[in-house]
Amino acid sequence: MELKRRDFLKIVGGSALIGGSAISALVEEAGIAHASPHEEHGHSAEEDHGHGHIEEASGIRWAMVVDMRKCSEQEGCRDCINACHYVHNVPNFPDPKEEVKWIWKDEYHHVFTDISTLDPYVPEHIKRHPFLVLCNHCDNPPCVRVCPTKATFKRPDGIVAMDYHRCIGCRFCMAACPYGSRSFNWRDPRLGLKGRELNYEFPTRMRGVVEKCNFCVERLAQGKIPACVEACKHGALTFGNLADPNSEVRALLRENYALRRKPQLGTKPSVFYIIA
Amino acid sequence: MIEKALQGSSRYWTWIGFLLVLIGAGFISYLYQLKTGLGITGMSRDVSWGVYIAQFTYLVGVAAGAVMLVIPELLHGYHPYRRVVVFGEFLAIAAVTMCLLFIVVDIGQPARLFNVLLHPTPNSILFWDMIVLNGYLLINIIVGYNTLLCDKKGIPVPKWVKFFAYVSIPWAFSIHTVTAFLYSGLPGRHAWLTAIMAPRFLASAFASGPALLILLLLIVRKVSKYDPGEKVLQSIAKTICYAMIANLFFVGLEFFTAFYSNIPSHMHGLEYLFFGLHGHDQLVPWMQTAGVLGFLGVFILLIPPLRRRIGFLALACAAIIASTWTDKGVGLVIGGFVPNPFEKITEYHPTFPEITIAIGIWAVGFLILTVLYKVAISVREQELN
Amino acid sequence: MYDSGKVIIGLVIFVAIATFPFWFGMGKAAPMPEPVIMTKGQKCVESKDYMRASHMYLLNVWRDQALRDGNRVYENKRGEKVTISLQNTCMKCHSNKEKFCDRCHDYAEVKPYCWDCHFVPKESKQWN
Repeated sequence: MELKRRDFLKIVGGSALIGGSAISALVEEAGIAHASPHEEHGHSAEEDHGHGHIEEASGIRWAMVVDMRKCSEQEGCRDCINACHYVHNVPNFPDPKEEVKWIWKDEYHHVFTDISTLDPYVPEHIKRHPFLVLCNHCDNPPCVRVCPTKATFKRPDGIVAMDYHRCIGCRFCMAACPYGSRSFNWRDPRLGLKGRELNYEFPTRMRGVVEKCNFCVERLAQGKIPACVEACKHGALTFGNLADPNSEVRALLRENYALRRKPQLGTKPSVFYIIA
Repeated sequence: MIEKALQGSSRYWTWIGFLLVLIGAGFISYLYQLKTGLGITGMSRDVSWGVYIAQFTYLVGVAAGAVMLVIPELLHGYHPYRRVVVFGEFLAIAAVTMCLLFIVVDIGQPARLFNVLLHPTPNSILFWDMIVLNGYLLINIIVGYNTLLCDKKGIPVPKWVKFFAYVSIPWAFSIHTVTAFLYSGLPGRHAWLTAIMAPRFLASAFASGPALLILLLLIVRKVSKYDPGEKVLQSIAKTICYAMIANLFFVGLEFFTAFYSNIPSHMHGLEYLFFGLHGHDQLVPWMQTAGVLGFLGVFILLIPPLRRRIGFLALACAAIIASTWTDKGVGLVIGGFVPNPFEKITEYHPTFPEITIAIGIWAVGFLILTVLYKVAISVREQELN
Repeated sequence: MYDSGKVIIGLVIFVAIATFPFWFGMGKAAPMPEPVIMTKGQKCVESKDYMRASHMYLLNVWRDQALRDGNRVYENKRGEKVTISLQNTCMKCHSNKEKFCDRCHDYAEVKPYCWDCHFVPKESKQWN
């Protein structure tokens, strides 16, 4: 009952070939690797723990811009959250201790802790309206650095992905993430999906593993944009390639002043917030 | 040698039976956790490590503490420790075993534990912690067992065993340094992000490990014919005293840096633990008591007439164990998670099954310790004859 | 030798218990199960023999390719390109998990955890 050695090598070799050619094709196509955000910050690729050079080779750096001017006008809107949590079968546990969430809302002074807490003069409308938060898909992700099994890793296109088959549930990544973006499955997540409409195209997770936003990697592979972006009827969410100077996200960042969460930690999030 | 552990008084067997009952209760609770998930614990999305990892951290210190006997004996030729070192090494074996068990019960998918070996990841501190802890366990088994065997046969300890004894010295430092690095290298966890974390860990380890050892040696003296000697106890007491002073000093440095700089996020963790933050103060009595007990222990140990009285010596050791245990086994882990990255406070209360599992692991440690000490005592009693 | 009688009795009991599964199951081999496929006529991604022997290896390789390398296309020996997905490729044809997967897995006493996460639409009705 064992795989013939030759066949096994064929599978492995074939995958390496496809993977390798895909990357080199992307490099040729892009030709703009040097416009990646590292160069702008004057950082060398090595500083990013060996991920930087692959990322530059792919020519893609996925990012999201949240335009709070549009988002905060829609009070009580949960379109993006509902879309994401349906598409990814994110369970619903009402007890905040067991909560699992990929994208949610929180107040300004909880989201921008280090900038805001001591400032009482922030305009009321900003203080009042909840901000959208999700995994930041950092350039320099502490969660990836601490994972003892490479269950969480950074893809060449900058997405911080998770391999739920490999996660041992040590929760080191939860301690390391400075943005509280990660959830642990304290119980069987299917208990939190009872009676809900399920998306049969996407799996659930199992008890005892960590999970988080995946920037809709499975949809990107099909040429679709992330579910939350698609669901937003008000154009508050923009998704695109940060490495491409002609992309929509770059245009938004060029024309508006945007914030990232906890910039002083050097993680370099790829989720940007246009405040006003 | 090990057969000596199978002969004992009825008191000995009662104690063993008591430990087995606790282990059984812990094991049943663990089966429940395996079936239901870590949801049976008090841990949460915000406080994602709890009693298990805290006990692990404390016990790494106890294990490292054994080196405080190895160094004087091996590097300074302090011969009174010659017969006692093995008790420190056996304590280290029990402590490291508990550490490994606490890791196993804490992870969500224990069946995949070996992924850490299948996909070795040198940039993860947990990978290195696994190496140093298992290495330390092995070294102490090799050195402890062989030294005792040579004593039994009345022959000198061979060179290769001595070699491992020397290796155990830097290795002891490494286990607690690496464990400190688990915490001190994380951006955004202000209470942990401190360069003095490793020295703090070592200082508290070198106080708490030997303090536990003194209490154990006092028990050994009571239940057997072997007496480590007053000189040995007093020497260890002095070591504990210095280490505890350093520990308190280091904690004081944390307070200075946080409060003189006045940076809110750096103060929050300490405020929550010692004074309460936004009305949340459930750990305040624990931490303040720990502070008082730490100073009490140092006070007794600093005054020779007090220190020489066994009752006071035992009290000082108990106070220091309680103080360092609260500091590391309660406050350190929780203080890093409160407030959370959103500056919100979620409190943590361990649950009954969680505590039962933790007690069960402590009982495993004490069972190992009892068996090993029984063997060591029998060899020492044989030497007396 | 002390207590040789007790030792021998102990050994006999030990050997009896240790070999219990062998003589208990003697001559009672369960019949080999036959997996049933609903979608007759369609070809699997690789030959039947290959899949029978090596589907678990193929799934492991697929998993790492799709998830870790971001390569979701597999080219089989016939030169056809297939989308890598347990849920959306394999389970679409082998939609009767109970009769196709479980029969052999139960017989071989293996418990793959694939379906802890990946859906079998029919069965998910049971818990949802």
